[in-house]
Amino acid sequence: MATDTLKHTEVDHQNDDGSWDGASEPFKASYGKLMMWYFLLSDAFTFAGFLISYGALRMSSPSWPVPDFVFSTFPGGIHHAPLLFVTLMTFILLASSFTMVRAVQEGHQENKKGVTFWMILTIVGGLGFLGCQAWEWNTLIGGESVSYHTNPFGTHTESGVYLAGDGHDIEEGDTFVPGDSYLIHKHDGEWGNLPYQVTDGPDTGEIKEMEFGPRAFGALFFFITGFHGFHVFSGVIFLIIIMVNVISGLYEERRNGYEMVEKIGLYWHFVDLVWVFVFLVFYLL
Amino acid sequence: MAHDYETSKKLALKIITILGVITLVEVAFALLGKGYIIDGFHITAWIMGILMIAFSAAKAYLIIYEFMHMKYEVPGLVKSVLLPTFLLVWGIIAFLYEGNDWGNRRDLIENKNDEKRFEQPAETGMIYEIKEIDLY
Repeated sequence: MATDTLKHTEVDHQNDDGSWDGASEPFKASYGKLMMWYFLLSDAFTFAGFLISYGALRMSSPSWPVPDFVFSTFPGGIHHAPLLFVTLMTFILLASSFTMVRAVQEGHQENKKGVTFWMILTIVGGLGFLGCQAWEWNTLIGGESVSYHTNPFGTHTESGVYLAGDGHDIEEGDTFVPGDSYLIHKHDGEWGNLPYQVTDGPDTGEIKEMEFGPRAFGALFFFITGFHGFHVFSGVIFLIIIMVNVISGLYEERRNGYEMVEKIGLYWHFVDLVWVFVFLVFYLL
Repeated sequence: MAHDYETSKKLALKIITILGVITLVEVAFALLGKGYIIDGFHITAWIMGILMIAFSAAKAYLIIYEFMHMKYEVPGLVKSVLLPTFLLVWGIIAFLYEGNDWGNRRDLIENKNDEKRFEQPAETGMIYEIKEIDLY
């Protein structure tokens, strides 16, 4: 035994059935696919860092905007439809993930027309999602005046009665209880923080004014959904490039066939995966 | 690798249907738990949290294992990609705990500020200039 081991070291693993000769694939995956996986892993850590900082700041804040109240508008002038629009966005992204799976499957079949067809649908889905996000941002910035440093979405911490109306949802004399959400509207560039009278607790009878919500909300929302949107946008660009290559017949000539479609597929599913968590953290919890 | 074209086509359709249904159930629960569907009916916040995280984890599993084909990769690859993400478990616990502590300290400082405002400086015969710390 001892001599065997010695001999083994001396010959520098020559009898190791070729493990050190290269050209073996312990992970049975190509270099490109493997590196895509590790890129996605690192990207997952980036997103996790953002979402965790969101969690920490939210925990440190005495109140936080209620998502069902903040995200309740829908195109066509529909209000008070909590989470409807973001559910639609989720479905668009899920659908584009499905069409991507189909494109990869057609790639395995070496079916050029099939790959092109399903990739076009995926691109349409990606653009649809980006369009929805643009609308959502526009509503928040243009319609509700949320910015990275101002958050007009507040939450009441005591009961009370409004002493004025804002011409939107709140009328003079309306009452509220702790936990009720409000939106401070901007009129002609001026913030309309409504006055109200407290009706319970130690401050009963005092007249106060609506306060702005935790200011970190806007920055976190725009930064994290923006970073995700940027991923979707670059995904669409890559999808278009690869689709053009598919149409040109480039991958028919390649030894590894339609592997590029598989790689962009991995990326695209990852974008969908991140959305699952952004959806969870921003809209559901 | 069981990659029969027809069966994988059917499988993809099945997975996307499940994902869609989970999303609908998630949203329905989120609205139900906060009293939007049945008036006055609420579900405790931590139960809601656990439910939502469980649903999302199920979706993540389906996307990674079926759509991204992790199910059909060799164990070494699966481990090298998925195990590092478990480092995040401590990251989440530590930072949520930390965030909660920031909140408590802010409250504490605010309360101390309030106390000082009502304190009588006459006891010591000196007049203090009371500075208030602006927290936000």
